[in-house]
Amino acid sequence: MSLMNNLSTSMISSSSSTFLAPTSFNSSRTQSVSVPLKSINIVKCVATPQEQQNAYKTKVSRNANIAKLQAGYLFPEVARRRAAHLLKYPNAQVISLGIGDTTEPIPDVITSAMAKRSHALSTLEGYSGYGAEQGEKALRAALASTFYRNLGIEDDDIFVSDGAKCDISRLQVVFGSNVTMAVQDPSYPAYVDSSVIMGQTGQFQKDVEKYGNIEYMRCTPENGFFPDLSKVARTDIIFFCSPNNPTGAAATREQLTRLVKFAKDNGSIIVYDSAYAMYMSDDNPRSIFEIPGAKEVAIETASFSKYAGFTGVRLGWTVIPKQLLFSDGFPVAKDFNRIVCTCFNGASNIAQAGGLACLSSEGLEAMQEVIGFYKENTKIIVETFNSLGFKVYGGKNAPYVWVHFPGRSSWDVFSEILEKTHIVTTPGSGFGPGGEGFIRVSAFGHRENVLEACRRFKQLYN
Amino acid sequence: MYYSQFLSRVCMPHAVLLQPKESWNSKYEFHVIIVGHCTKVPRNSNLEKLRSGYLFPEISRHESEHLQKNPDASLIRLGIGDTTQPIPDTITLAMAEQVRGLSTIQGYRGYGAEQGNMALRKAIAGKFYQDMGIKANEIFVSDGAQCDISRLQMLLGSNVTVAVQDPSFPAYIDSSVVVGQAGELEEETGKYGNIIYMNCGPENDFFPDLSTIPRTDIIFLCSPNNPTGHAASWQQLKQLVEFAEANGSIIVHDSAYAAYIRDGSPRSIFAIPGAKEVAIEISSFSKFAGFTGVRLGWTVVPEELLYSNGFPVIKDFNRIVCTCFNGASNIAQAGGLACLSTDGYHDLCKVIDYYMENAKILVDGFTSLGWKVYGGKNAPYIWVHFPGMSSWNVFAEILKKTNIVTVPGRGFGPAGEEYIRLAIAKQAASEGARISLLARSVDQLQKAKESICQAYEVEVSIFSADVRDYDAVERAIKEAGPIDV
Repeated sequence: MSLMNNLSTSMISSSSSTFLAPTSFNSSRTQSVSVPLKSINIVKCVATPQEQQNAYKTKVSRNANIAKLQAGYLFPEVARRRAAHLLKYPNAQVISLGIGDTTEPIPDVITSAMAKRSHALSTLEGYSGYGAEQGEKALRAALASTFYRNLGIEDDDIFVSDGAKCDISRLQVVFGSNVTMAVQDPSYPAYVDSSVIMGQTGQFQKDVEKYGNIEYMRCTPENGFFPDLSKVARTDIIFFCSPNNPTGAAATREQLTRLVKFAKDNGSIIVYDSAYAMYMSDDNPRSIFEIPGAKEVAIETASFSKYAGFTGVRLGWTVIPKQLLFSDGFPVAKDFNRIVCTCFNGASNIAQAGGLACLSSEGLEAMQEVIGFYKENTKIIVETFNSLGFKVYGGKNAPYVWVHFPGRSSWDVFSEILEKTHIVTTPGSGFGPGGEGFIRVSAFGHRENVLEACRRFKQLYN
Repeated sequence: MYYSQFLSRVCMPHAVLLQPKESWNSKYEFHVIIVGHCTKVPRNSNLEKLRSGYLFPEISRHESEHLQKNPDASLIRLGIGDTTQPIPDTITLAMAEQVRGLSTIQGYRGYGAEQGNMALRKAIAGKFYQDMGIKANEIFVSDGAQCDISRLQMLLGSNVTVAVQDPSFPAYIDSSVVVGQAGELEEETGKYGNIIYMNCGPENDFFPDLSTIPRTDIIFLCSPNNPTGHAASWQQLKQLVEFAEANGSIIVHDSAYAAYIRDGSPRSIFAIPGAKEVAIEISSFSKFAGFTGVRLGWTVVPEELLYSNGFPVIKDFNRIVCTCFNGASNIAQAGGLACLSTDGYHDLCKVIDYYMENAKILVDGFTSLGWKVYGGKNAPYIWVHFPGMSSWNVFAEILKKTNIVTVPGRGFGPAGEEYIRLAIAKQAASEGARISLLARSVDQLQKAKESICQAYEVEVSIFSADVRDYDAVERAIKEAGPIDV
């Protein structure tokens, strides 16, 4: 970084000078440089770290794709604002309905299995080292029979992972930089961000708040949060999340049939994110593979995060049917397997033991209970905003409530809510330009916090 | 079931054909023509450049095939470096406690920081980077070095040039190919066109002769080395740091086996002054704590490491970690913290000693018989030279005739040809196993027999055979009876 560059970025008035002082860093390049005063009147002494002046730089170019990203990933940004708010109001009772982080303890049936596995690792008979990168056989079998019974999905079509977010990036590595992609707008930010990092996109266009080369499929109340496919250009990959994060919309059988046909006609691959499938109340498909023909056009990712409170434990899975082929006939699953073997080393064996317990009948029952708890939270939040006269979406099939604030900037509403009620939400525009004017309220929280949050909302908006 | 290259692929709607075909011995052969919908999504051309499966699943495959043909074989696995000894109680108790806490309101934890728990990051800094000026916030906890290597490759992108040791851990090359850095594979040499291979052999003390290496953006160096077992000296690492400084390169230093160092060689690249401006270090709890299945590792990216435009590498790595990853399991992290406690660390050192005892047995056994053996002193691998032979052939012979799984050196790169890597994890070697030794000179055999009998009180028989004469070897083995090691 040149000296001029540095001066222009630091706050120095034109009548001041900078003293460059040696710092306390353990650097052999420590220097003392003094600059003669330009004027006797006002001197601003700015101690500029030596490193910024003559910092050693490698000759390795920064990855231009990462440079395209506009800001930090959405949720750390929200967390940053929350932290700043706490600094300002150290005694505030901040309630987090922002990041969709589970709060309720994991049922005993599941943790006791994980404890058992942990103890077993200290014994000769129970110790296990490297596991199959694709996951333990018993778990893959249980996933197949629990979620894909009668759908023609076999055990070895399932790849166990440390979560859907990681799987999304591994899928992107499989696809490479020479594919085009479509996302819902709004959508979970990892699809777009991973696409940018992989080099599939162009630059960010500030006027429309979109990256070049991505097809954004607008999802609004007007179209029932399902894209008008007649207006969508062909892309290689289509990311689709249902029940949807952030809008909470759940696609119907009819809609998904249309989507599968669209993909079939265009020779596209759907990446179907079913992380919230168990939150479905309505009679909608829970897996894309319920749609005939989907096995030739779709991949499905899923996660234990929101079912079992495994957000910190880390466990998920991806399904790639054998029938899914690249244009040259090569099976996608084969390449995904290669990536899994090369770029990954399997999910933690303890987490997998927990996953297996989740899928026992007792475990499933226990998960349903926790899911039911969060769904009750969602109901309370929906009722609150309805009663305040807001247009409210979602909340029925997902733990997210999508509240419309027409004509307002969602970051402004986010800030206002945070400032006035000490509640953290997530601004809709963080999910894409189609999210502008909306706020996502997540329903993960202790019941008393959710009730208290609703009291505060009522106070603010009455 | 996956389709091999030899099956023809025809994309037509909705039919599967099985066509019988008469072959020369008049048995019917079935050719399966796969028909069905093909998408119009082009296969990633980078993945096409990978010639075979990843090395270690390939080894497993050979192992399974062998077991199918010989179901009664008592296999000894000295191939994949998979830990075998149970994890000390201190550590699993901590993990079980964390797990039980997850079922309580106070103890429940959801999403953790993607960079890892601060307590663990501080413990890693304190334990391994004391006095090296590495801070907790420069440490990123992960689910293992293999995953970190790929995340680093995503960070660096396809437009950087890469140098690797030859031989080396296959993930550096494979991930480089996947990301698009590697260029085309040259069939005759087995090397990728855009990768610089830094030869490491006995002639250069298993450290590259940097005066012959052209500049690349990134240099992967693993020390102690997998597969050769060589631990770079302070002098060698200093040379490397200076080389990187002069060339403006970034070293990715893989220190996964640092805990196995016995001879005072540096355990971290950051022991070398100036390294913070040119290096990233990756490491792992796998071989240190038996966490191969639990999954925990870390990467150090110093704040001082800058791209050519001055942008800090750590900022971009953080972005990758926040976008492509969601943190290591909080249970594994609780285990990691216990590993770094006084008791935990003490218990783990005992397990490492155990594996190194295994190494000594194998090293002593082979060297006293005239085999050129490398490694085994600062790493849990021994690197055995079979001059003039194809390592896959030697691998196959050893498997067939002794039921021992090793890893052919060629799997680690062209310079690995003629070598076999043995991993030292197996218990059997140290528990009074019957050792039968093959060698080239009867005198050496005598000497070896005496020294081994004295040291280990194991029964040692002597059979002689020219190792290049497989039939002679086979006869000798038949005479020897069941061989444990």
